[in-house]
Amino acid sequence: MGGLLGRTRFAAIDDVSFSLEAARPEIFAIIGESGSGKTTLARMILNTLAPSKGIIRFLGEDISRFRGRREQLQFMRKVQPIFQNPFEAFNPLKRVDRYLFASAYHFAGHHGRAGREAAADEALKKVGLSLAEVKGRFPHELSGGQLQRAAIARALISSPALIVADEPVSMVDASLRMSIVNLFKTLRDELRVSIIYITHDLATAYYISDRVLIMQKGKVVETGPARQVLSNPQHPYTVLLRESILSPDDVDKSHLAGAA
Amino acid sequence: MDVALSVRDLRAYYLTSHFGVEREVRAVDDITLSVEKKEIYGIAGESSCGKSTFIRTIAAAIRPPLRVLGGSIRYSFLDRDLYDLDERALTEMRWKHLSCILQGSMNVLNPVRRVRESFKDFASPHMGLARSVFFDAVKAHLNRLRLSPTVLSAFPHELSGGMRQRVAIALATVCRPEFIIADEPTTALDVVVQKDVLALILEMQREIGSSMIFVTHDLTVHANISNRLGIMYAGRLVEEGSTRDILRDPMHPYTRHLIASLPRIGDVTPKKGLSGAPPSLADPPSGCRFHPRCPLAMDICRQAHPELTALAPGRRVACYAVSPLVQPAHEAAAARKATKADKSAAFLQ
Ligand SMILES: Nc1ncnc2c1ncn2[C@@H]1O[C@H](COP(=O)(O)OP(=O)(O)OP(=O)(O)O)[C@@H](O)[C@H]1O
Ligand code: SF4
Ligand SMILES: [Mg+2]
Repeated sequence: MGGLLGRTRFAAIDDVSFSLEAARPEIFAIIGESGSGKTTLARMILNTLAPSKGIIRFLGEDISRFRGRREQLQFMRKVQPIFQNPFEAFNPLKRVDRYLFASAYHFAGHHGRAGREAAADEALKKVGLSLAEVKGRFPHELSGGQLQRAAIARALISSPALIVADEPVSMVDASLRMSIVNLFKTLRDELRVSIIYITHDLATAYYISDRVLIMQKGKVVETGPARQVLSNPQHPYTVLLRESILSPDDVDKSHLAGAA
Repeated sequence: MDVALSVRDLRAYYLTSHFGVEREVRAVDDITLSVEKKEIYGIAGESSCGKSTFIRTIAAAIRPPLRVLGGSIRYSFLDRDLYDLDERALTEMRWKHLSCILQGSMNVLNPVRRVRESFKDFASPHMGLARSVFFDAVKAHLNRLRLSPTVLSAFPHELSGGMRQRVAIALATVCRPEFIIADEPTTALDVVVQKDVLALILEMQREIGSSMIFVTHDLTVHANISNRLGIMYAGRLVEEGSTRDILRDPMHPYTRHLIASLPRIGDVTPKKGLSGAPPSLADPPSGCRFHPRCPLAMDICRQAHPELTALAPGRRVACYAVSPLVQPAHEAAAARKATKADKSAAFLQ
């Protein structure tokens, strides 16, 4: 049982199985329709939602058995989320730096103020922000992209083994998107972190993922090595996805139906 | 050239104070641009460069700590500056002449009320129709957008993201406004739904003949929908041109980087994000705000901010390295003043 995430079967979404190897960190992309159950899947992996059928094992252990606060904290330290919409993930009445400090306190053992601030600043710098820019600010006082970067920084504080990132780059521009996905690569290659990368962005999935899983209506329709699946899709839905990708080259002829 | 919106020297800052420390976030700084009738003018730029702030400002949707500190905003359907309108005139204008489609659309669709109520609140006062006739018109409109009238009795959260955006489009177009403002309307959607929603926006814009400002950081969306493109960096407009020219032949170093960083399926060459931290708008770099991250930065770049200069018809760029015609903004302003003075002097002779 070397599985980081082993033999996962979910019935709420229909019979999804995959496993990631702890010994071989990877970026595992999950692509699918809006509403196809990707976020549900993410929440199950994070153990915030119980599957109605099936088991999720983390390092060999059934995560639904983690009951006590200590066990839960231990799990959360190793498996960190990055959510899709940072405006929903952050409480509008709570200052953003509080989230970072709380992670530094609970997951990284920084009990003093200086240590907490240093940990927060270091994590923020990895995503192109700094504590000076974030300190004291409420979520609505940051732009969508800044808030998303703060969410990623928060996830990095505990040095997790697995990051479950649900649409982490949908709010940010191409350049920052590349910085973030390159950061994922570094996390994988240097810190041996595995990443479940849930996205609509097929181009970055192609660029960084080792494997990809395509979902439609809660079902897996295709899975395999990312570059192979995305450059030579087999299932009609994957083909449709490929055909719907917009490209800068469309400027010569708009790709939208009916456009001149 | 028929202008639908003309923005001059617009400046809007967030003025906050935390524990007695004053902070001024210069999110929109001296922006001048105009949008022609029936045109889709796209705005792109990195996260937190001020795109949404610009949108709030031209939509008269500002509230503290955001403040408009200067400049003018003229719409063709108004007889005066946007900020000279009183609350009543603004209410009269919204939805009828100027409407918005925003990301997630939760801000227009009230989460605790059925969709029908939003139509009643926003559109009904402008259409001057009896209730039943009004809802017939709304249903016909929904139908045109290939939406079932049953969405009217749904709560926003019961609809999928794509559906919600269609409803937001219906709401924004039902009064056939002259001007539509869209801020990241498809950013949260998957590629298949995104394509549908964009096609719908384009279709409605053409049918009504509205002008539009379309904000998104996604250049592939602009390639498909925007006629012209303005690129913002750190609160300023740094380049403007036809979408085709900008994508095919970007001039400003920031724009060049942005376009070079676009990933494509089949392309495995390593792509890099911009090095260096994004600028803080509370304390922006001196001179050209891009200089700390610019591979071409020279001395003058650190000293004076370059004027957004017309280099070819329809093409404006703010970068010293691109052309010797680009002058420091303060000199360009002085020169303009001088020519004006010359002209008045000549007139008196
Ligand atoms: N209420 C506020 N108080 C203080 N600063 C604010 C407030 N709202 C936004 N800002 C700041 O203004 C700047 C511009 O934000 P804006 O939301 O306009 O960016 P944006 O270009 O729309 O970014 P994104 O692409 O991430 O949505 C950011 O630095 C942001 O932190
Ligand atoms: S003005 Fe100077 S710093 Fe600014 S973009 Fe041009 S070369 Fe770079
Ligand atoms: Mg924005």
